[in-house]
Amino acid sequence: MSDLTDLYQSVILDHNKRPRNRGKPPIANRVATGDNPSCGDNCTVYLHLTDEGRVDAIGFEGSGCAISQASTSLMTTQVKGKTAAEAEALFNEFKQIVTSGQAPEEISDLAAFAGVHAFPARIKCATLGWHAALEALKQPPSV
Amino acid sequence: MSLSPNLRIDFPALDQHVGGKPLVYLDNGATTQKPRSVIDAVARFYERDNSNVHRGLHALSMRATDGYEAARTRAATFINAAHPSEIVFTRGTTESINLVAQSWGPANLRPGDIILATEMEHHSNLVPWQQLALRTGATLKYVPVTGNDAELGLDPDALDKLLTPQVKLFAFTHLSNTLGILTDAAALCAKARAVGAVTVIDAAQSIGHEPIDVQVIGCDFLAFSGHKMAGPTGIGVLYGRRQLLNTMPPYQTGGGMVNAVTYEGATWKPSPERFEAGTPNVADAIGLHAAFDYLDQLGRPAIAAHDFALGERACAALSELPGIRILGPKPGQPRGGLVSFAFADVHAHDVVTFADQDGVALRGGHHCNQPLMRKLGLSSTTRASFYVYNTPEEIDVLVKSMRRILKFFAG
Repeated sequence: MSDLTDLYQSVILDHNKRPRNRGKPPIANRVATGDNPSCGDNCTVYLHLTDEGRVDAIGFEGSGCAISQASTSLMTTQVKGKTAAEAEALFNEFKQIVTSGQAPEEISDLAAFAGVHAFPARIKCATLGWHAALEALKQPPSV
Repeated sequence: MSLSPNLRIDFPALDQHVGGKPLVYLDNGATTQKPRSVIDAVARFYERDNSNVHRGLHALSMRATDGYEAARTRAATFINAAHPSEIVFTRGTTESINLVAQSWGPANLRPGDIILATEMEHHSNLVPWQQLALRTGATLKYVPVTGNDAELGLDPDALDKLLTPQVKLFAFTHLSNTLGILTDAAALCAKARAVGAVTVIDAAQSIGHEPIDVQVIGCDFLAFSGHKMAGPTGIGVLYGRRQLLNTMPPYQTGGGMVNAVTYEGATWKPSPERFEAGTPNVADAIGLHAAFDYLDQLGRPAIAAHDFALGERACAALSELPGIRILGPKPGQPRGGLVSFAFADVHAHDVVTFADQDGVALRGGHHCNQPLMRKLGLSSTTRASFYVYNTPEEIDVLVKSMRRILKFFAG
């Protein structure tokens, strides 16, 4: 069995304890909520997409385990400044990391989630916030 | 009159290591382990007697039929039903409740009628009534759960106000899977009877733990699963009073439940056959028979006392942990052998993943009780649930594991 420190790396514990971009940003024109019905976790992602199609503000609300909270926090820091297509490409890389346990060297903090692959039941925790963000990016503008 | 610690050897699955540690199985509210006698009964059926039941004239079919019907008679004596025909075999508690909702419900409910449940029902004793209300125009109301975290219970005054003559059906849990509260089923049924309401008891959590006498309780229906009482999965029981069952339309139709069939129509057998269309789960009914025997050999009063003692001990030990919320009945109040708790800073799923590394099997989540979780201001709790083979030492292992988790996340 894999060691727990592989799962709960310091980056994850740090983001869990001090989540970045927690709360609704002052400006937001897209919102989406992701649910994990089997465990009751939920996550709402708010973001602001500029006319040029870039995310210039992002925040989240909701409750969940350390993995989902840290993953969502880290996601917000990574998605900020990106287009929808860039965010989706990053998510695909992230999915590779959490399902394979392998991370390319240039992928910095996201690599902390490689340990999740040894705990298949927790993969959906790691991807909850990402799904909500990508869903938000597909939404029509809202006030 | 206490349980012998030697009974652990009756349960083969307990003899294993998880993550290099001896298994401490505390997820009995989800399903219990099975004693060797149950496993053997199922295997013996497939090895020697396997055949389809009823209508068979050959030796194996007669043995299978005898075994299946003996299991029904044994189920009747286990809960002191007046007659074996009051025992309908189902897949489990969920199907038993759905049977009542889909058969008794539409035939008896009209717009304006009230279905009463409680706020601490498992989804399986809640969603079928929501759907029935939508289908019939009846209204579903709930008896509130009140009190502080560690002294929760049903609100008795609200119950008396809600139980009006418009209530046609009162469905409630005998033992809450999330809070461990044991309800006074006989008193609740007496109140319901006084207003003419039919009663449905969800006994999933209590059947293998508490003595249950349906005639003393005075319920109309009682539902339970085999797998939460040391029996196999895929088999359960709906108890129903004979007079009621025989007025109800079929739940599913097909072979085995009909008297005469023409191309134009069919007539139904009486209960229990009326509600058992198709080939039943013969092998697991026979396994369930062995589970009834096993539990009665231990003695249900002794099991209940054992559960109560472990539940109280776990509550007392866990309450010393910093930042813990323990949700359940007041110490000393009737309770089952389970304890539900939440930490301020550590989510239940992280707790369960950690505990698993210590060999401790727990459950974390909403326990199929989402509305109650929302009411309590929680998205999830961690639950430790005990059974006949659990020991006080295992509670020490649980508490030690919880301390390790808190330390890890505080660091």
